[in-house]
Amino acid sequence: MPPVIPILEADCLVKVFGDLTALDGLSFAVAPGESLGLLGVNGAGKTTAMNLLLGLTTPTTGVVRIFGKDLWRHRIEILRQINFSSAYTSLPSNLLVWQNLTVFAKLYGVASPKQRIEELLELLDITHLRKSVTGKLSAGESTRVNMAKALLNEPRLLLLDEPTASLDPDIADRVRKLLRRLQKERGLSILYTSHNMRDIEEVCDRLVFLHGGKVLAEGTPGDIYERFNRTSLEDLFIGVARGEVEAIGLK
Amino acid sequence: MPFSFNSVSALVLRYVFLYTRHPVRLVELVFWPLVDLLVWGFLTIYLQRQAAGVFPTTMTFLLGGMILWDVLFRSQQGVAISFLEDVWTRNLLNVFVAPVRTVDYVAATCLVGVLRVGVTLVVLAVVAAVAYGFKLTAFGIGLLPFLANLMLFGWFLGMVSTALIMRWGQAAESLAWAIPFFIQPLAAVFYPVSVLPGWLQPIANALPCTAVFEGMRAVLAGQHAPWGLMRHALLLNLAWGAVAGLFFAANLRYVRKTGLLVKVATQ
Repeated sequence: MPPVIPILEADCLVKVFGDLTALDGLSFAVAPGESLGLLGVNGAGKTTAMNLLLGLTTPTTGVVRIFGKDLWRHRIEILRQINFSSAYTSLPSNLLVWQNLTVFAKLYGVASPKQRIEELLELLDITHLRKSVTGKLSAGESTRVNMAKALLNEPRLLLLDEPTASLDPDIADRVRKLLRRLQKERGLSILYTSHNMRDIEEVCDRLVFLHGGKVLAEGTPGDIYERFNRTSLEDLFIGVARGEVEAIGLK
Repeated sequence: MPFSFNSVSALVLRYVFLYTRHPVRLVELVFWPLVDLLVWGFLTIYLQRQAAGVFPTTMTFLLGGMILWDVLFRSQQGVAISFLEDVWTRNLLNVFVAPVRTVDYVAATCLVGVLRVGVTLVVLAVVAAVAYGFKLTAFGIGLLPFLANLMLFGWFLGMVSTALIMRWGQAAESLAWAIPFFIQPLAAVFYPVSVLPGWLQPIANALPCTAVFEGMRAVLAGQHAPWGLMRHALLLNLAWGAVAGLFFAANLRYVRKTGLLVKVATQ
């Protein structure tokens, strides 16, 4: 049987900003249909990794392969098949929701933009927001509109940067359930960063725990915290943040 | 195909949505040029009366210069302000992670520049004709190479402005308005190059727009369309275009390497 090509592969990524080494030989892979969480305390390198994987920042050394192809050599071909949503970006606030989605549908070359937009508005339960001004949406509505944008091109890989940040528990739960559903029904691969342990445990099949720009641990959430003699992922996170877990790891 | 029609049209559509949803945005395209036109127009009427017809073409020189300068300025603004719109609305990352090539992005901003120039030019031409009897059509077919050269140079200045804003962040956004005015004293908009000190003249002559304004005065003084000057402006534009393109590409590489692109986009 031929080996399965990972959907996404980070190969020895190093990123140096002046005196700071933000990523120090980061390697991991996302398998087809897998949901992988990137977890780490502030400054661990999650955002830098995400920016490298999206082609927003160039690595000092190392390679990003998506669908088995070098990101920088096949950038446009790859970007057509992936998408991204972040709590830290927004769609133009001065346009209506349908206008924003139409612009991005055209950018991603969606065949029937109107139909696709309607499908997504229904899927995300935001049909009533079609003619709303994007800048006047609540955080929860805005997240779902961003998610609609991220699903416009039926991506094979979805990169999500803290998508549930600033959402109330109800909306966050809906977003997590939706992602799980999409992953199961459509075989969507997901790379997910979050500070919310519940997000990671519910959405991710596996996680990569970053610390100091390196992989501290990799595996299922349960495996990882047990390996470090912690009672939960949150307990592990706090241990890493306070410098206790690194010492255990070094032992 | 050098550009992706889908990407360019989608990015331009965004501005069509923006301007049709907020007609007040059109006021910005018309208000300041109109104020300039009225002030310069009445000032020159006054000067002509004072000089008792000694400078019969002054009126047309000043109005022509003012209108054509606005073509260059609006074209530059189309590129620089389009980029800033994406920064202000925190949409830049969404665009840069979409399948949009840099050439498509720049081409779309240039097209927005053409739209902005079109709106401003029509309004100014009508008001100048009605209020002062100044007919832009007096340039004849020669008007087209004038406009084309000014728009090209405006795009290139816009690319330089955008590259500097990417590199220095939002703190440098005033450059989007200031850059054209750095060169205005040398561009011979309202006076001939010969007025400038000798050591400044070679610098002035290296600007494509200088040849256009010199050409404009030649036509208004009753001479034939100065095709030689227009060719000269086009050649200079090709050189400036190459420099602006390389400068933009080098800056984009730099901001991707240093992470500044993400910083600018999420400020």
